[in-house]
Amino acid sequence: MSTSLVARFSTSVVKKVAMGITGLLLCGFLISHLTGNFLIFVGPDAFNLYAHTLTSNPLIYGAEAILMAIFLGHLFMAVRLVIENKLARPTPYYVKKPTGHGATFASSTMPYTGLIILIFLVLHLIQFKYGTYFETTVDGVTMRNLYKTVIDFFTSPVNVVLYIVAMAALSLHVSHGFWSAFQSVGFNHPKYTPCINTLGKIFAVVVFLGYSSLPIFCFLQGGQS
Amino acid sequence: MSNANNMSLKLKVWRQNDEKSKGKMVDYSLDDVSPDSSFLEMIDQLNEKLIDKGDEPIAFDHDCREGICGMCSMMINGQAHGPEAETTTCQLHMRKFKDGDTIAIEPFRAKAFPVHKDLMVDRSSFDAIIQAGGYVNVNTGNAQDANAILIPKVDADLAMDAAACIGCGACVASCKNASAMLFVSAKVSQLALLPQGKIEREQRVLDMVDKMDSLGFGNCTNEAECEASCPKAISISNIARLNREFLSAAVKSRS
Repeated sequence: MSTSLVARFSTSVVKKVAMGITGLLLCGFLISHLTGNFLIFVGPDAFNLYAHTLTSNPLIYGAEAILMAIFLGHLFMAVRLVIENKLARPTPYYVKKPTGHGATFASSTMPYTGLIILIFLVLHLIQFKYGTYFETTVDGVTMRNLYKTVIDFFTSPVNVVLYIVAMAALSLHVSHGFWSAFQSVGFNHPKYTPCINTLGKIFAVVVFLGYSSLPIFCFLQGGQS
Repeated sequence: MSNANNMSLKLKVWRQNDEKSKGKMVDYSLDDVSPDSSFLEMIDQLNEKLIDKGDEPIAFDHDCREGICGMCSMMINGQAHGPEAETTTCQLHMRKFKDGDTIAIEPFRAKAFPVHKDLMVDRSSFDAIIQAGGYVNVNTGNAQDANAILIPKVDADLAMDAAACIGCGACVASCKNASAMLFVSAKVSQLALLPQGKIEREQRVLDMVDKMDSLGFGNCTNEAECEASCPKAISISNIARLNREFLSAAVKSRS
C-alpha cells in the first residue's frame, strides 16, 4: 500500500508534531519579544532605538511573514484538531469526572486560552504596531516614539488589568504546551522528561511575570514619556 | 445474604434498545447490596430484580471477571472502570461505595465505539487496528529454544509493560478527544521493542496509525487521562514512542 506524502501529513501523529513544533517556535518568539521589550526599563531612547532598528531592517518583512505563517499554522491546526476531536465523541457523557492524575486546568482549557491569546494578539497589533504614531529624535535620527504610544496606553488601569489577564492565559497555555510539544515529537525519557516538565513550568512563570512587569512599569510612569 | 452492612443504592443506568435508538438514563433503586460483592455482581443482582418484575435486564459486557480480559467496559460516576486506580470494573468492589450513594453507569462513548445496547459497546475497531499491523511473522515448525534470541532486560521490561494492555478501551473512554493513541502505542511498543517485531516494524506503525485515523478516533492532546484511567497503568511514554516510530517510519518507508 502506497501512501502519498500529502496523506501522511494529515495523520494524527503529524498533526500533533506540527502543533508541537509551531508551538515551540512561538515560545522562542515569546523569549525574543520579551527580551527586546525589557529595554523599556532602560529608557525611551533605548526602547525607541530598538524598535526603529528592528523595523527599519528590510529583513523584518521576511521575518514577519515567517512568524505569521508559524502562527497561522498553529491556529489552523488547532481549529482542525478541536473540530475533529469534538466529532470523535458525538454523544456526550451524562457524568464525566477527571481522574485527578491526568488532565490539569491548563491542559483542559487549551482551546479557550488559545482563543484569548488570538483576541489579545489582534488587539495588541492594533494598539501598538498600528497604534497612535508619535515621532521623536534619537541621536539626530527621526524615528517613531513607540515608547510614548505604550506609556499612553498603559495610563489606563483597565488596559493594564486586561493585559495581565491575557498574559495569565498565555502562561497557562505554555505551561501545558511546552512539555506537550516534546511529547508530541516523541521526546519522552525518564531522565530528561522531568527536567522538561520543570523547565515548562519555569518558562510559564517567566512569561507571566516578565510580560506583566511591562504594563505595571508603564502604569507607574504615570503617563510621563 | 442479608447483612447489617449491606447497602441501599440509587442507580442511574443508560438504557438503549439498539444502535439506532436514542437512549436515556433510567433510575433504579437497589437494596441489600453486599459490600463484598463486585460491581458486576451488583448489576447481576439488579438484573435478577428486573427479570423478576418482568422487565428487560441491563445488557453489559463481561467475561473473565478477574481483570484480564478487558470486556467489562463502563463509565461509573464519570470514570472509566470507576473510581479505583488500576482496577477493572469486575475487580471493583462495592465497599468502595457508601450506603445511600447515587451511582451513574454509562457505556464507553466514542464515535468509533458505537453502543449496541445499554452498556454494551462495539469495540471491534480495536480489532481492526490490530489486524492492520499488530502481528509478527514467525517460522512454522518446532518452537525454537526459548533463550535463542538475546533481549536486553530493559527492553524486555518495557515491552512487557506495554503488553499488559488488555484492550478494554478505557483510554478512549476517558480521553476528552476519544483518542486511541494509548492503545495503539502500547500495541506498537510491545512489538517494536523486541527483535521478533523488527521485520514488520516500519509498516506496522504506519498501517496501525492510518487505520486508527480512518476509524474516527480523536487526536491526542497529551492530557494523560488515559494513563490515569488505564486499569493496567500503561504509560503515555508509549505514545511518545509511537510518535517516534511513526516519524522514523514515515521518513524511511518506501511505500
